[in-house]
Amino acid sequence: MGYCPNTPDDIRDMLAVIGAASVEELFAPIPAELRAKSFDLPPGMSELELMRLMREKAASCGADITPFIGGGIYDHFIPAAIDHLASRAEFYTAYTPYQPECAQGTLQALYEYQTTICRLTGMEASNASLYDGGTAVAEAALMSLRITDRHKVILDGSVNPLHREIVTGYLHGLSAEAVDVAPDGCASDLARLMASIDDETAAVVVQSPNFFGSVQDFRELAQKAHDHEALLIVSCYPIAMGLVASPGEMGADIAVGEGQSLGNHVSFGGPYFGFIATRKRFIRNLPGRIVGETIDHQGRRGFVLTLQAREQHIKRHKATSNICSNQSLCALRGLIFCTSLGRKGFEDLAQLNYDKAQYAKSVLGAVRGVNLLNRGATFNEFTLALPKDAGEVVQRLLDKGVAAGVPLGQYYPDMEQALVVTVTEKRTKDEIDRLAGLFEEVLWS
Amino acid sequence: MAKFYTKEHEWVEMAGAQATVGISEHAAHELGDITFVELPKIGKSVKQFEALAAIESVKAASDIYAPVSGKVAEVNQALDEAPELVNQGAELQGWICKLEGVNEAELGALMDAAAYDEYLKGL
Repeated sequence: MGYCPNTPDDIRDMLAVIGAASVEELFAPIPAELRAKSFDLPPGMSELELMRLMREKAASCGADITPFIGGGIYDHFIPAAIDHLASRAEFYTAYTPYQPECAQGTLQALYEYQTTICRLTGMEASNASLYDGGTAVAEAALMSLRITDRHKVILDGSVNPLHREIVTGYLHGLSAEAVDVAPDGCASDLARLMASIDDETAAVVVQSPNFFGSVQDFRELAQKAHDHEALLIVSCYPIAMGLVASPGEMGADIAVGEGQSLGNHVSFGGPYFGFIATRKRFIRNLPGRIVGETIDHQGRRGFVLTLQAREQHIKRHKATSNICSNQSLCALRGLIFCTSLGRKGFEDLAQLNYDKAQYAKSVLGAVRGVNLLNRGATFNEFTLALPKDAGEVVQRLLDKGVAAGVPLGQYYPDMEQALVVTVTEKRTKDEIDRLAGLFEEVLWS
Repeated sequence: MAKFYTKEHEWVEMAGAQATVGISEHAAHELGDITFVELPKIGKSVKQFEALAAIESVKAASDIYAPVSGKVAEVNQALDEAPELVNQGAELQGWICKLEGVNEAELGALMDAAAYDEYLKGL
């Protein structure tokens, strides 16, 4: 189904039907001083000029810099098929699939996406995507409040600091409280987390691999939470699921995460998509929209938006979430990414990330004065203690064409000399070796 | 014992100090196929006309308000598995919950069956 903008004739016809003389008259009830005078846009450009301008802008964004940065957003390879398929007009220009008879393709794609997310996370039900990883964590926290009818959410300090900030912001207006539990080095302080769980606790929020890159087992924590009828929310990095235990395997009740790494360009911070999946018994508390499979009156398989009554277009202010943009197109890219790779390809990709990061760990950890801070297993990120301020080191390496990692001082005040380094499948041995050489140079010359 | 109705289409029927509460046949018909009833928690106290439970159909979602003040003593657990019971008999097997500690004086603010019928005609 095509969605074309209105022609001048369309507009004239519509105005005639409702009895308005002009579009201007239609907006008359809105006082003139409240309306935009201008959108401050420059005059139009030819395609050639526009390409030139955008190339200049792109060149000024460090496109030629080798990134070893992650912290929630990752530089992974994107197969050409994704850009091609996701730009098909049926997907690219389609509006929200409220009319199943016109939107079977979109609905089926989202249904398959949900299946894929369930398989990745080890869960039973997924929605059709959320805004991004941070809001997904926050929505999971809100879900736990609704399910348990309690007001305390325990936030592990090794969860992405930006995500924690979003959770705290969401809880702020809800007379619910977020209790932070500081990490123990680069890992969750499991003993303190367990000791913090009581009968007032709605959920414990953890992340694996965590912000420092450490992978942890939360089975015992899940058990402890369940003993108190609290939920365990696990935020995960989808690529890592090809290698490490999924939230479902660890007994999580809700799994969330940032979907950017699945076929979405880093793209200056967005758009991305968040995913959220849960146990079947909590499906009514899942925010956003869910696509279901059904049969039509002739018994043919078809897809619909299901459980719609919880959504804001019906339930208004009492909806389970105010998230209305379910990032369909980004989620679709995630689906195409996963189906392009297949299970085996996905596992290979995860292994490649792990192997390259292990190599980088050994090479970078061997640089004079540099120490690895993670005590246990990591996936494709790890934290280094440098003999100098990490922010300064990163700044100096940027001049040499390398983004060396995420300095931790901005998030953890006592970790000014710590740096999180990320190595995806796109980094080569030469690039890793060069980074080690540059470390040596910047730290000791 | 007679049923009493609210303007929001709930019904209440007293038995001693206990009241059975549900939604009217009219409301169930208007909602269409009921897909879910969010039952209140046992032990919850509500004041008259406060939100007590919620009900969802294929086309709408609405709150169910308490026709009288009281404390939830029992809920119709069968609705968890079979919400369609409300469509089949909103004022019989489709009851929502039972309230205890009810003050019968509050029934004065409600309509009896005849008055409710008149009220429906005026909608």
